[in-house]
Amino acid sequence: MVSLKVLFLAEEKIPVLLKRLSKTSQVFAPVQVSDTVVVFQEFSNGAQVVFDKQASMPPKGVIFPQTEQFLSYTYAKDPENLTRSTVQLDHQVEAKPTLLFGARPCDVQGLAVFDAVFTQGQWQDPSVKARTDATTIVTLLCVKPEGTCFCTSVGGSPTATEGADLALTPVSGGYVAEAITEKGKTMLQDEAFTPAKDKQVKEAERVRAAVKKQDTLPLKQIEQKLIKLFSTEFWEQMSAPCISCGACTYVCPACYCFNITDEPAGMGGERIRTWDSCMFYQYTLEASGHNPRPTKAERYRNRIGHKFSYHPTNYKGQFGCSGCGRCIKACPVSLDIRQVLREATTHG
Amino acid sequence: MANAINAFLPEIGTIIKVIDETPTIKSLQVVLDDQGRMRSFRFEPGQVAQLSIFGAGEATFVINSPPTRVEYLQFSVMKAGEVTERIHQCKEGDLVGVRGPLGNWFPYEDMKGKDIYFIGGGIGMAPLRTLLLFMLDNRKDYGAITLLYGARSPQDLCYQEELKEWEARDDMELILTVDREFPAWDKRVGLVPNVLKELAPSPKGKIAITCGPPIMIRFTLQALAELGYKDEQVITTLERRMKCGIGLCGRCNIGTRYVCVDGPVFSLAQLKKLPPEL
Repeated sequence: MVSLKVLFLAEEKIPVLLKRLSKTSQVFAPVQVSDTVVVFQEFSNGAQVVFDKQASMPPKGVIFPQTEQFLSYTYAKDPENLTRSTVQLDHQVEAKPTLLFGARPCDVQGLAVFDAVFTQGQWQDPSVKARTDATTIVTLLCVKPEGTCFCTSVGGSPTATEGADLALTPVSGGYVAEAITEKGKTMLQDEAFTPAKDKQVKEAERVRAAVKKQDTLPLKQIEQKLIKLFSTEFWEQMSAPCISCGACTYVCPACYCFNITDEPAGMGGERIRTWDSCMFYQYTLEASGHNPRPTKAERYRNRIGHKFSYHPTNYKGQFGCSGCGRCIKACPVSLDIRQVLREATTHG
Repeated sequence: MANAINAFLPEIGTIIKVIDETPTIKSLQVVLDDQGRMRSFRFEPGQVAQLSIFGAGEATFVINSPPTRVEYLQFSVMKAGEVTERIHQCKEGDLVGVRGPLGNWFPYEDMKGKDIYFIGGGIGMAPLRTLLLFMLDNRKDYGAITLLYGARSPQDLCYQEELKEWEARDDMELILTVDREFPAWDKRVGLVPNVLKELAPSPKGKIAITCGPPIMIRFTLQALAELGYKDEQVITTLERRMKCGIGLCGRCNIGTRYVCVDGPVFSLAQLKKLPPEL
């Protein structure tokens, strides 16, 4: 890790820091909203910020909101000729300065998928690009991976800092903070950060070194293996328990598929983008009734194929999965993507 | 705002003419309201655009007027779903949104000097019309041009006026077929792939270009293979449900490729490298 500067952030100073930062930025941090649910929410004073649990939802909504307006339209009648009308389109790309505080390395890795697809391709997505540019990311290194975690299998690590501007390592009484980028360095100028003692820096190193190894999936040449494994039978077996609820796609930090629809209201309305899911029948259903992925077997094959074959082939080996394990936790029928990948790699 | 190009923003266009092609297909001729933009609108034969009816949404159609005739952009729309239903209610003077051009196009440069064999079915004639008119406007660049076009019934054949013109031309051949016998129908009867097998055009020096319903395409590709056409000699243009049109929203992929940006035009050789998920 290239550390530009190392400081200490005491646990009790976090609310004050976030409050101060929220005057100039919108601050998103993991907040406990019910006994079991933690989500990234805009920080408000008194919110119960939690750092020792994985958030139920990834923070992708910060750069890719679940619903956003692309444009609004207003029709007006021509008073001289009532059979004719005019239409006025309005749009704006909004990107307020934003701080994403406490994202895990797997969450940050998920955002890298958005960066690749939405900002580095032939076509740019203006609003995702603007929000990505306006966002500072403070990552909280993950010292206690859960049983469902497999980030190390997909190119990540509980202590990865790529894509973040500032990294926090939990130590006694607070966090050792290291700037990764200039943005992070600027943030360290806040008075909440105090010089780190040698003892604390050493403790942070020890904590990072002690992170428990996760089991490793055999993903070597998975791109080619999945192309060969196109038999519907295999995928019928794998997807048999699936109820096509789409939860896995909504909780995924790297799933980015979307829909565009019009919502009329009176003489106007808006065109909106919403998260969509490849696990839905309607996703690829054509108006003619033809559907290239008519059953859950084809849809599940595409979901796994996209994440572990098509996306890595198109984007220099980057997986469309950051190993956060949320899809495993959220699945009502306990489909385990790790098990499916193991079967796929050993099949045939 | 500082975004010079927002690919999600449509331009406003006015419908200058609506043509009833068949009981379920209408063609719209659209002129962009921004005259400068209309003059500078450049596209290639086979490229598509997203047509919007604000309040109903967008759907993807090929621009089926050729880039050699730029007074308007023509789209042929079969009534099939929510958006196309609304498009069918449009009349002259109504406004639509246009987002395009999108996608790739027919490799017409590589086809120069070759004989061209078009095989169309139903609304699948729309993209073929673009390329056919483009080739007729650049007639000397190409060898013999044949169009085999079929539909369920005589009244389901699109572009009736043009079919008469094409039939009268001596620099192209037109073969029409319908699925079964109809009163007063004196042309061929039979499904397009079967008629193709009967006609058995030699693959020598030819490029075959096909578009139609998925089932017709499937059997046409089989027939062409039986006739000895190599995969490189066969071109098709695909339809998929699309939303963004710029390779981001996810749904139109076949394996690694997105029909909206890497297609809609593919050679059979290219398609065979992709997973069989049509």
